[in-house]
Amino acid sequence: MTRDIFQPSGQIQFGIFFQGVNSGTIWKAPQAGSQTDFESFRHIAQTAERGKFAAFFLGEGLRLREHLGRPHALDVVGRPDAQTMLAALAAVTTNIGLVATQNTTYNDPADLAHRLSSLDLISGGRAAWNIVTTDNAWTGANFRRGGYLDHADRYKHAEAFVVTAKRIWDSWETPAGPARRVLHEGQHYTVDVSPRLPRSAQYRPVLFQAGDSPDGRDFAARQADVIFSAHPKFDDAVEFRRDIVARSIAAGRGANAVQIMPASEFILGATDQEAQEKKAWVRSLQIGPQQAIAYLEQFWGRELSSYDPDGPLPEIDPVVEETSETRGSGFHGAKARQLADQWRAEAKDKGLSIRQFVTSKTARIDSTFTGSYTAVADHLAEYARVGAVDGFNISPWLIPTGLDEIVNHLVPELQERGVYPTEYRGTTLRENLGLETPVRSEEPAHV
Amino acid sequence: MSTFEERKAGFLAIELDGAGYKNIAAAVLAAESAGFQAATFKDTPEAGRTNALQRAAFAGPVTRTIAVVPEIDTVYTEPFHVSTQLASLDYVSGGRAGWIATAAVSPEAAAAVGRSFVEGDALAQEAAASIEVSRRLWDSWEDDAVIRDVATGRYIDVDKLHYADFETPADFSGAAYSVKGPSIIPRPLQGQLPVLAAASLVGEGLVPAYTVDAVLVSAPTPELLAAEVRDARARLGSSVAIVAELDVVLDSRGQAAESRALSEQEAGTPQDSRFARFVGSAAGLTELLDSLLREADGVRLHPAVLDVELEELSRLVLPELRRRGVLRPPVQDGTFRDVLGLAPAENRYSTTAAAPLAAGK
Ligand SMILES: Cc1cc2nc3c(=O)[nH]c(=O)nc-3n(C[C@H](O)[C@H](O)[C@H](O)COP(=O)(O)O)c2cc1C
Repeated sequence: MTRDIFQPSGQIQFGIFFQGVNSGTIWKAPQAGSQTDFESFRHIAQTAERGKFAAFFLGEGLRLREHLGRPHALDVVGRPDAQTMLAALAAVTTNIGLVATQNTTYNDPADLAHRLSSLDLISGGRAAWNIVTTDNAWTGANFRRGGYLDHADRYKHAEAFVVTAKRIWDSWETPAGPARRVLHEGQHYTVDVSPRLPRSAQYRPVLFQAGDSPDGRDFAARQADVIFSAHPKFDDAVEFRRDIVARSIAAGRGANAVQIMPASEFILGATDQEAQEKKAWVRSLQIGPQQAIAYLEQFWGRELSSYDPDGPLPEIDPVVEETSETRGSGFHGAKARQLADQWRAEAKDKGLSIRQFVTSKTARIDSTFTGSYTAVADHLAEYARVGAVDGFNISPWLIPTGLDEIVNHLVPELQERGVYPTEYRGTTLRENLGLETPVRSEEPAHV
Repeated sequence: MSTFEERKAGFLAIELDGAGYKNIAAAVLAAESAGFQAATFKDTPEAGRTNALQRAAFAGPVTRTIAVVPEIDTVYTEPFHVSTQLASLDYVSGGRAGWIATAAVSPEAAAAVGRSFVEGDALAQEAAASIEVSRRLWDSWEDDAVIRDVATGRYIDVDKLHYADFETPADFSGAAYSVKGPSIIPRPLQGQLPVLAAASLVGEGLVPAYTVDAVLVSAPTPELLAAEVRDARARLGSSVAIVAELDVVLDSRGQAAESRALSEQEAGTPQDSRFARFVGSAAGLTELLDSLLREADGVRLHPAVLDVELEELSRLVLPELRRRGVLRPPVQDGTFRDVLGLAPAENRYSTTAAAPLAAGK
């Protein structure tokens, strides 16, 4: 077996991505529970653990999304701090990994490394960090350093940050210490850290990365254990795997060194037809008439509430050149006028109303698996066979019961096919993902 | 002659740092069943010490009664993160969270985040700013901001969300900063978490007394502690709860406290502690606490060796204090604000209340 040839594991794993902020989570249905009560988190984490999920994920957004200059009113919003919630969940779970999305631009390496290490120790070696690099002055307005980082430098900065964190985690030779001091002189600031904590049961937190640019992929290939990707569709997933394998080898790591777990959504039923009907219902609650108008308003930069969601796209032009970051990373930087022209033409061509058009646009990035339990299980078994992905990071569209049918029906189907774990391999996340113990990061010569 | 009713029953807090990170659940449950009203978690840069807030968060869902109160530094931390973390702690503990706001006097902590070292009165300015940011962010969502109005498609009522728009004051000695808001999490369950700080940090020209809910008072000896409590009360008024700090070493399992204290290597409280230290029998401690709880609203105990002291406290000291009526019985599912006798927190930005409070604590 050579390090340069990718070997499919023949298995897939699941993670749960409790999004907390989005239009994907339905709040209008009577079954929709609280987005902030601890009971919602406990329910879903314990259900995931019953289904042998590898990981429980929390996302992060460090400023409330805005719409036309005010907080966005239509979608689920307001979520707890990831690591605080995960520390609490550590007390009521035993095996599931606890993944905190944490930003490298608006944290300090010493503080973040210490907190992640704390979570890792408190949970008995189940912590992970989903590294994100979202940067803009608008988010920076909540922090002491403000908007100090150029977008072009985000991964340079992130990599220095992650390398520093690894050195902090690797600084204790033995649990009794003493720790090596860690110095980092960066373009933006200099830190001198006296680490405080020993290794955890899994040596150090597992590193996930979310970000899709070429720089982001290279960064992940060099530094991460797992990529939280945006490529769930089969052909796209295979292509993304090929790309990451190539980048990992180029970075001097093995072809299997970096695992891939795409974001995904499952809409299931006893039959395909039942699942399709459910999907229509789910979509109608995710993208209602107000969301359809608001979606366009993002790109037009003006109020469009006088337009009929079931009528044609607005004839008036956008008042902005470029869309801003205020609605989260997915909307940032589109050329507004150009898009408006294109979209009007496209909608006219296909005879689509505003609502139909927006539904088709949001379906373009559709990460949904829809079908009967058996059909979806067969489809996922194919991913496992070729090694298109290592697992899926599932966003439930309902909180807190959104995993129930996956755990009760889909997981047993997958287990029957021999492509999904029937037991946790161990107690640490690293063991459960089948990751190797990391090599101790080297001390740079100047320290 | 004082009757049972006339005595104001106080509360007891216990510092659980000695449990480390492996025995948090056992320690906090033992403290809860002993009848302590609050568990606190230290956070100074000591080898082996995990993040205090996360230990408190771990303790939250396994308990029903005891408040969980971490120390968090105000100087070398990001106020926005601190506020969100504390609000989240309130959610995972069902409204039993508090905050001991500390101001680190530490060149190491400064170097670790690449900032210049802060000392003297500037520490109080940093603390005051951080507390103010948290309080504004906690209020930045009104209690009823999440409306889930299916008819209009609105999950939140945007009129009930507010920008905190904090700016450090013009005479701020550190690097100036601002925080925009609103918070990224709805208002905590308690509205405002109780904020505690060392008495030395609070007062005129320091952290304004109206921005904290309780001060932690220390003295060099147990004899001087009651006088110090009276001083703090005179200085800060009656709207701030007074909590006395006390290290304790008890006779245990046939061993005298004196001899234990001298030999104990793994002691949870350092010999050079700033706090008054009681060394002796459970009966002696009961007398001391009885008199202290008549002056102070509460006492925080720092056990020399957590397991050892906690056993004695739970068997001999707390039951007797309850019997005498000087220690309050625990209340299941109460909030930490209840423990401190605080009224429900008014929201400074409230658009529904008739008259928003100026202080808004
Ligand atoms: C699947 C996925 C999930 C993400 N989740 C978050 C998140 O929770 N919080 C966040 O700030 N950014 C998130 N991001 C955005 C990344 O932070 C990243 O900064 C952004 O995509 C810019 O990096 P890029 O240019 O490499 O894509 C996510 C990205 C992807 C692909």
